[in-house]
Amino acid sequence: MSDPRETQYDKLPAGRRAGELTLRELLRFGWRQITSMRTALVLLLLLALAAVPGSIVPQEGVDALAASRWREDHPRLAPVYEWLGLFDVYGSVWFSAIYLLLMISLVGCIVPRTLVYWRAMRAQPPRAPRNLSRLPDATSYRTDESADEVLARARTVLGRRHRVRKADEGAADGAVSAERGYLREAGNLVFHLSVVVVLVGFAIGGLFGYRGGVILVTGDGFGNTLTSYDDFVPGSLFSPDQLDPFSFTVEDFEVDWLLSGRAAGQARGFSADVRYRETRDAEEERYDLRVNHPLTIGDTDIFLIGHGYAPVVTIRDGEGEIAYNGPTIFLPQDQSLFSFGVIKAPSAEPQEIGLEGVLYPTFGMTEDGDPVNLLGKAVDPLLSVLVHAGDLGMDEGASQSVYVLDKGDTEQVEDEDGKPLRLDMRPGDTVELPDGLGSVTFEGLEDWQRIQISQTPGKLIALGGVVMALVGLLGSLFIRPRRVWVRARQDGDGTLVEVAALDRSGGGDVAPVLEDLVAALRGDERGNQPPETKRDGTS
Amino acid sequence: MTDAAWETLSNQAVAVCGVVYFLALISHLVQWTALRKLPVGAEAQAPVAVGAGAPSVVEDTSAHEPDVERRTALFGRLGLLLTVIATAVHLVALVGRGMAADPNRVPWGNMYEFTLSGTFVVSLGYLLLNRRFGLAWMAPIVVGFVVVVLMVDVVWLYDPVAPLSEALYSPWLVIHVVSAVIATGAFTLGGICSVLYLVKERRPARTTGYLARVPEPAALDRISYRMHAFGFPVWTFAVLITGPIWAHQAWSAYWSWDPKEVWAFITWVVYAAYLHARATAGWKGRNAAMLALLGLATLWFNFIGINFFSTTSQHSYAAPAVVEVGQAGVETPASAGGELGQPLGR
Repeated sequence: MSDPRETQYDKLPAGRRAGELTLRELLRFGWRQITSMRTALVLLLLLALAAVPGSIVPQEGVDALAASRWREDHPRLAPVYEWLGLFDVYGSVWFSAIYLLLMISLVGCIVPRTLVYWRAMRAQPPRAPRNLSRLPDATSYRTDESADEVLARARTVLGRRHRVRKADEGAADGAVSAERGYLREAGNLVFHLSVVVVLVGFAIGGLFGYRGGVILVTGDGFGNTLTSYDDFVPGSLFSPDQLDPFSFTVEDFEVDWLLSGRAAGQARGFSADVRYRETRDAEEERYDLRVNHPLTIGDTDIFLIGHGYAPVVTIRDGEGEIAYNGPTIFLPQDQSLFSFGVIKAPSAEPQEIGLEGVLYPTFGMTEDGDPVNLLGKAVDPLLSVLVHAGDLGMDEGASQSVYVLDKGDTEQVEDEDGKPLRLDMRPGDTVELPDGLGSVTFEGLEDWQRIQISQTPGKLIALGGVVMALVGLLGSLFIRPRRVWVRARQDGDGTLVEVAALDRSGGGDVAPVLEDLVAALRGDERGNQPPETKRDGTS
Repeated sequence: MTDAAWETLSNQAVAVCGVVYFLALISHLVQWTALRKLPVGAEAQAPVAVGAGAPSVVEDTSAHEPDVERRTALFGRLGLLLTVIATAVHLVALVGRGMAADPNRVPWGNMYEFTLSGTFVVSLGYLLLNRRFGLAWMAPIVVGFVVVVLMVDVVWLYDPVAPLSEALYSPWLVIHVVSAVIATGAFTLGGICSVLYLVKERRPARTTGYLARVPEPAALDRISYRMHAFGFPVWTFAVLITGPIWAHQAWSAYWSWDPKEVWAFITWVVYAAYLHARATAGWKGRNAAMLALLGLATLWFNFIGINFFSTTSQHSYAAPAVVEVGQAGVETPASAGGELGQPLGR
């Protein structure tokens, strides 16, 4: 890491004050700063810090409902938060700025390092230091063999797992240099590179992907076109041609309700029997769509992520005509599928009719006489709705939620006592409305499923990137680069062999390596004096 | 055995192992109290030797304080033995928990079970690495930590055995959670080393008492680094590979900035910064230890804190048995209906 404080004041040309930089110098200074290790570290910690608010403030993209609720509860703070981008932290300018800077810093770091590494890969291991015994881990022994024999053996022994320096021509060096563990730096580079790969994969998913949801009553078909979706969140570069031309129908839906034991009332084993065609003309195929088992058609994944009940209701108006007939989706309010919904009959005469109320899949009464839902399974369903009559506001052209009744121009229908009229109906029940408004029939219940459909291009790139990161990480953490030298010198008493090793990762213990090497070099030769080992290393 | 019997066995085993851990803690405390006034001198190796059960070293030094030495050795061995027994009973508690569920499963369905597993891994990791790294000095801290966390677990986090929610029925439960638990254990042990490093570094000159017998700061730093270097790839695997794969299958998006994901990511980034600082900036010791502890704080906050602070997390298994499917149905269409109601509306 270069220290920016070491600017060389004394070398400044005349006429410029200390600290004054030309544009070029400024750019170079900036580049150095941004690619310095310290900056990378600060950016990493900043990224961690910047991710925090996203887990505290509800996020638009994660839970839009919670975000809008939060806005309503905090009318003063909301605009400030909005301005700061706190409802969409991970797409905000400042969050993007941090990770883009980090990417620049990363690229600025890996490119030069790759070049250095490339040169190191092609270079020979360095020559043996003059005095091997000065290295922290060194040993020596004497032998009767000639220096050439020892060095030749050293070459074979080390050659198995090291890169060995070619014999220097003319240099009366009498030493073998070997190096291993080049892959540590490779692992390091791969790890850094993989971060870029993951980001690219993530970005592709965000730009070209989409996520859409649809609620289907059992038996309804779905054709994959934009208009078929209830909600649709496309990436910014999404084009409708990406929609695969498949269609499917949920033929049957089953839930396994636990009726006994501690988890009684809990549901499990959701299973939707789906028939689908990959294209308009393709063969019909079947798939058992379950949680954790999405259906994949082409590039598109189809998930089962929710379910509930849709009461089938027929509304006849005052003239006896059927003003509304069919299943209406009611939204679960809790895990027991106690649901809320509205039913609208805008074509009813003489007055438009709107029903608003709740559905108890299994109705019960507490001891105090309060209605309660006992179970998510529809054992004894009860539909309990209030009746509104008047203008439902559906002719004005403005879009209206199907889950909300516009009561601005309606009046609540009352019974003979002047109390709000509440219809409590079991399947098959028909109730006549007062004042000649008509009648309401609760025919029965149907299931609905919420299906999520998404394309996430680039997911395999991201996955590949993370796997690459893991492999690189393992290499950079656990491969130990090491240099080993063997020198043999013949003198009057025979040959003095010096062996030394240097761990370049820091913290590695090379003493056992030396012992093994000496043992291998001496081979079956016995009877020599034991090696005089010198070890003053701390490791 | 019936499921109920297994569950009773598990609960009893938790109680028993808690008591045995506590006895082990007392035993280690007696061991270290005995050494309180004895300066580190000839018996500098004693604590390690006690841990490794090598009485020969003790005999060498018995000339100084025969009583103290004998007591130290005895209680040190007793403490280790009790820890081994407690860990074995702990395992029984885990197995019982898994067998009590119907169908049988890995005991990682809720926070109580995850904490039970996490503490087991910490304790087992300590026992396995005890010899290799000479961790006898760590005994009181590890055992104390396990006792406290187990107590918190039983008192505040207890949940009766219940079937898993639908999304949890997946082989990824085993792979994802086991790697997260192992990484959590390794980071915790590494964090303990870092705390001791910081404490020891402030009072380097102590010659008596517990601190004097903790390894040199440099050694602590090295052990801590090794734990983190082991934990980080495992954490990467858990959080960035298995997590997204499973999330893609169950929730239809491999990364959805769920609060738990966010905090797992934060933990990952902090530990990445720790390794980065050590590898390149040459940060050792104090600064590195601080970073490691910051990472540990985010790790445990993510594990326990986020379940209580955030209700939106899909990982909130602290809430009573969330049925993912039912829940997802409540929220999304309502918001969708508000904005894009037309297709269904008219």
